Amino acid sequence: MSTVVEELDSIGERRFEPKAKDINEDIAWAKINTDVLRSLERPRPIFWVIFLSAVALFGVGVACEIYQYKTGLGVAELRNPHVWGLYISTFIFWIGMSHSGTLLSAILHIMHADWRKPIYRFAEAMTTFSLMTAGLFVLVHLGRVWQFYYVVAYPNERWTWPNFSSPLVWDATAIGSYLTTSVIFLYFGMIPDLAICRDSATGFRRTFYRLLSVGWQGTDRQWSNFRITYLTIACLLIPLAVSVHSIVATDFAVSQQPGWHTTSFPPYFVAGALYSGCAAIITLFIILRHTFRFEEYMTIPILEKLCKLTFAISMVWTYLNLIEYASTWYGTDVYAKQALIYRATGIYRYWWWAMNFLGSVVPFALAFKALRTHVPTMMVVSLLLNLGMWIERFMIVTPTFAHGYYPWTWSDVWWPNWIQIGIVAGSFGWFTLLFMLFCKIFPSVSMYEVKEMVYHRIRARK
Amino acid sequence: MNKKTYLMALFNDFDAAARAIASLREATIAGFAMKDVTLKSPIDHPECAAELGSRPVYIQIFSLIGAVLGSTLGFLGISSAQANFLRQPRGGFPIVPLPPNMVITYELFILTAVFFTITACLVVWKIHSDKNSLYSVSISVDKIGILVKAEPSAIDAIKQIFNRQHALEIMENARV
Repeated sequence: MSTVVEELDSIGERRFEPKAKDINEDIAWAKINTDVLRSLERPRPIFWVIFLSAVALFGVGVACEIYQYKTGLGVAELRNPHVWGLYISTFIFWIGMSHSGTLLSAILHIMHADWRKPIYRFAEAMTTFSLMTAGLFVLVHLGRVWQFYYVVAYPNERWTWPNFSSPLVWDATAIGSYLTTSVIFLYFGMIPDLAICRDSATGFRRTFYRLLSVGWQGTDRQWSNFRITYLTIACLLIPLAVSVHSIVATDFAVSQQPGWHTTSFPPYFVAGALYSGCAAIITLFIILRHTFRFEEYMTIPILEKLCKLTFAISMVWTYLNLIEYASTWYGTDVYAKQALIYRATGIYRYWWWAMNFLGSVVPFALAFKALRTHVPTMMVVSLLLNLGMWIERFMIVTPTFAHGYYPWTWSDVWWPNWIQIGIVAGSFGWFTLLFMLFCKIFPSVSMYEVKEMVYHRIRARK
Repeated sequence: MNKKTYLMALFNDFDAAARAIASLREATIAGFAMKDVTLKSPIDHPECAAELGSRPVYIQIFSLIGAVLGSTLGFLGISSAQANFLRQPRGGFPIVPLPPNMVITYELFILTAVFFTITACLVVWKIHSDKNSLYSVSISVDKIGILVKAEPSAIDAIKQIFNRQHALEIMENARV
């Protein structure tokens, strides 16, 4: 009997074990400032390894782009029907990455999920730099880069007017609006922290932060206006983010190509964007946590919450993916069905199965607490998820071109060559370069919001 | 213009600051008005700021104006430009594709609303900024400041109130 009681007691203890706190609530506010400001001064040496690797990777991309620019798109093996190649696949990938910042910042802000506070800043930065990287691919894939402005809707003297019925024009407007709004949102949310930097900096850095902090003194009027403005921009940013990736989806969905002409493409793209973005946030979370000594702020309980969120979104993406397969399989469009069969059995089949495995099976690792709380495992899993999402974009673009309406395209085996791979690698270098520079110059953990978080949690506890 | 003095007291926590503001409100001091009291804090604290009385925020009105202007002028601008330009290469008939224009209008509606919102906020901050005002870097760390602008005759009474609420430090700055 006593054994049973002891066993029940132990079960009870396990069941009612207090949850680990997202953050140490007793942390002093001065320490928050010190820790975050220290990250601007003395990151771990790994920072320089990452930074220099990014510079090298970016250099490779620049060299490839210069060669392509001077010689022509032929060096990238772009030819009819494979006119987009890796460039547009990677463009979609970077646009997708940009959505997580909005999710973490705006949506969770509106939902009062305060665990986002230590990590949303770098997610917003990720949004901005992802968009800047995505924008490069619009230029890179053009045959005549110097005429890039043809895509922008403006009156001109050439007697050519942008085709407003084309989603490419909508794309330019939507991405331009999203980038502008994201930069504003990122900067505006940083103003109180820039004032903290101003107050502790000296020399030219003080001048730099003073200009950016626009006279912030933390007055009640400033805070009340700040709160309303931030909330308003957050509310405006959410529909904008959804519209951006919906419009990127319509680049494909409004075409007649088999495999693209699907009504579920916009929600599928948005889900995929949130999914890859969340996976990228996990990767960057782990990197920043170590590089900038943010173990006290980017804690394991917050990582767990991120993983749960990513898992939920991965299941939404899986569902929409299956819906797309089912609607094509049971639909009457023979060409679309053939394109689907080609993906699963043609020359790109390994990539297609890898995409489904990495996108729909690997995320189940996030369902296990033991794995979720193991940082190296989560690093590997997040990278695999992102690889899966990158392959997804490749599988959207390439097999459709390889198995379109014209039979002559069916025998055209196409793989990206080193120029394309070099430029794609360069884009990762460019992104990492910008991101690491941002984290070195600006506080990547929101100091005032972490203070708010611990303050309100202590109040609630009392 | 009357010569006014700035006085700022620093407190350790919001409770002490709230008590000090309540005491200022209850006291009847000649040459001092509650509208000249400003709370400076490292975090947003609406409850404490509410002790200062109603200070409405009008930012949303500007957001609305931006949204309405962005959507109407954006739509009209794109449509009228199309009607004027497309008639030239296409033989004189104005063409305005409404559904695509709605998509671009949607983006402009949000973008203009965001521009108006942030511009309004920055302008409001500029209007309320006071270069003669007092500031302490400890406010950006963990202290709460109460800034008062008052006639010199009221300063001693205000200082007494701050001291009664255990102000850590009182700063003073006489300005015209």
